[in-house]
Amino acid sequence: MAGLLHQILSGLASGGIYASVALALVMIYQATHHVNFAQGEMATFSTFIALALIHAGLPYWIAFFATVVISFAIGVAIERLLLRPMADAPVLSSVGVFIGLLLIFNACSGWFFGYTIKRFPSPFEGSGGHGGFLGGYVSPHELGSTAVTLVMLLGVYLFFRHTRLGLAMRAAAYNPVSSRLVGIRVGWMLALGWGLAAAIGAVAGMMIAPIVFLDPNMMGGILLYAFAAALLGGIANPLGAVIGGFAVGIIENVGGAYIVGPELKLTLALAVIAAVLVIKPSGLLGRTVVGRV
Amino acid sequence: MRRALLPLLGALVLLAPVAFASDYHLFQLTLAVAYAIAILGLNLVSGYNGQVSLGHGAFYAIGAYLSAVLMNNYGVPYWATIPVSALVCAAFGFAVGLPALRLGGLYLALVTFALAVAVPQVLKVNALGPWTGGAQGIVLDKPDAPFGLPISSDQWLYLFSLAIAAVLFLLARNLVRGRIGRAMMAVRDHALAAEAMGVPIAMLKTRTFAISAMYTGIAGAIGAIAVAFVAPDSFDVFLSIYLFAGLVVGGVGSLLGPVFGALFVQFIPNLAQSVSKSAPGAVYGVILIAFLYFMPDGVAGALHRGVAAWTQRRAASLPDEETRGALAADAPIPTPSEGGKARVG
Repeated sequence: MAGLLHQILSGLASGGIYASVALALVMIYQATHHVNFAQGEMATFSTFIALALIHAGLPYWIAFFATVVISFAIGVAIERLLLRPMADAPVLSSVGVFIGLLLIFNACSGWFFGYTIKRFPSPFEGSGGHGGFLGGYVSPHELGSTAVTLVMLLGVYLFFRHTRLGLAMRAAAYNPVSSRLVGIRVGWMLALGWGLAAAIGAVAGMMIAPIVFLDPNMMGGILLYAFAAALLGGIANPLGAVIGGFAVGIIENVGGAYIVGPELKLTLALAVIAAVLVIKPSGLLGRTVVGRV
Repeated sequence: MRRALLPLLGALVLLAPVAFASDYHLFQLTLAVAYAIAILGLNLVSGYNGQVSLGHGAFYAIGAYLSAVLMNNYGVPYWATIPVSALVCAAFGFAVGLPALRLGGLYLALVTFALAVAVPQVLKVNALGPWTGGAQGIVLDKPDAPFGLPISSDQWLYLFSLAIAAVLFLLARNLVRGRIGRAMMAVRDHALAAEAMGVPIAMLKTRTFAISAMYTGIAGAIGAIAVAFVAPDSFDVFLSIYLFAGLVVGGVGSLLGPVFGALFVQFIPNLAQSVSKSAPGAVYGVILIAFLYFMPDGVAGALHRGVAAWTQRRAASLPDEETRGALAADAPIPTPSEGGKARVG
């Protein structure tokens, strides 16, 4: 029983990270109907930037926020330069651009920072070396990273719900034509959405890196869990993505420990995806899209 | 006369390496033939049917592993493993396509990407160790030329794969030029109109995906026989991505495209590797994006356009009706860049 509780709690910790990446995917999907296959490699690249800044002598939290800002800028730049011309391209072309980005970011991570597996520091593992919280069930990093992802998710929610800019971004995603008519700069809203998604991905990368260690292919598996999370929650529903993320985290940890073993955790994500598509393609919170002929 | 000349010339170009190339180069060309078959399979579903798949490396892996296990554990002769790989991959493709292709849009891309990420892990599972050999993989023997032919095993395997490829390309050509091919392209260009015309969209897409998986499974089997070694890490998600890049660079929705795509996949990494370890990935990425912006119909499309412009100029200068008719019969199949602007799904 104690083991199960432990699995659930650490599932919630990694679930927060899947939730963040899934949220980044869903934000871009909602606005442009593109699935960003490069989301994982972009986050990995950001994490490498953070590691470089820390090695350059910056304190952790300054490096953290600098990385978030840099990632935001990279996201905006990618949208303005590469994706704007692809807005009306056929699906194959837009997927191709994302795959190209994936290859480039993956190669750049290896090129600039090397292929050896690196340790990434955690701000929550102090020199004291205390065993953990909640009776030793949760490591300090798990608790800290869950707190960081929850604060970030809350911040994103408040931003979209209670600021004019957030409202404008929602409007631009929901109905670009009418938004333009009321004076919203739709193009820039999309670019900001991309920046925000890249920044969220960066935070997720920095939070998972101390657990899985950092190398250029770090996010490959995590992106898969995020896909499963986004589909489980409903591909166009941000709240669904967050709930799906935590659910997939728990499924992954409990299922990996008791059902299929740690070797088949990725296949478990694949099974979740297949099950969603067979049983309820619109996901838990998504609505069925009815097209007009 | 003219129609017979071109295939003859093509056959000569394809057979020439047997006489002139070294065994190592022939081995590389054999792999290129395998990639051409794999990309042709991908082209059937992504190019002609408009359903993006990012996981064909998974079918390549399954074909390769089936062939290797049958040869290694059950002593099946290498040529007899190919039909088995083909059938199993077709069935598996059907099973994957069934849930994913009911829905339009990007679901197939998502599911196949997930499949490609998950497959290497499955191949390493301990429970399958007696068959797959775990992370170490399986080492095979290279088959010798049969009937006491005086050629090396690399020469034989090149001819062997070339013969299979010829049959598969011919079948694909007949498929896409017939009724089913037209239905496939109709679904790509305007799914709704195709459905109104009575095309069973979901079934057609799923069957196309099964055939496509079959092609790629055959390619994997040939690859395993030629390399004489399979291991989980040679079939990671990047194999699928390279096949996709080869498709775009070679030419989407063209039968000749996979040939160029395969040469790209096989030879560009070798060239780029000499620059740096990460260069192949970056080069692939940059070339892929550059093609999408500047030459979305790929090498084959550019070639078609060049030939079409040339023959048009010639036809204009030739008043002979018969020649003009013969030239018109060579007209290229429209590529998605001309006909496929509509968003698919």
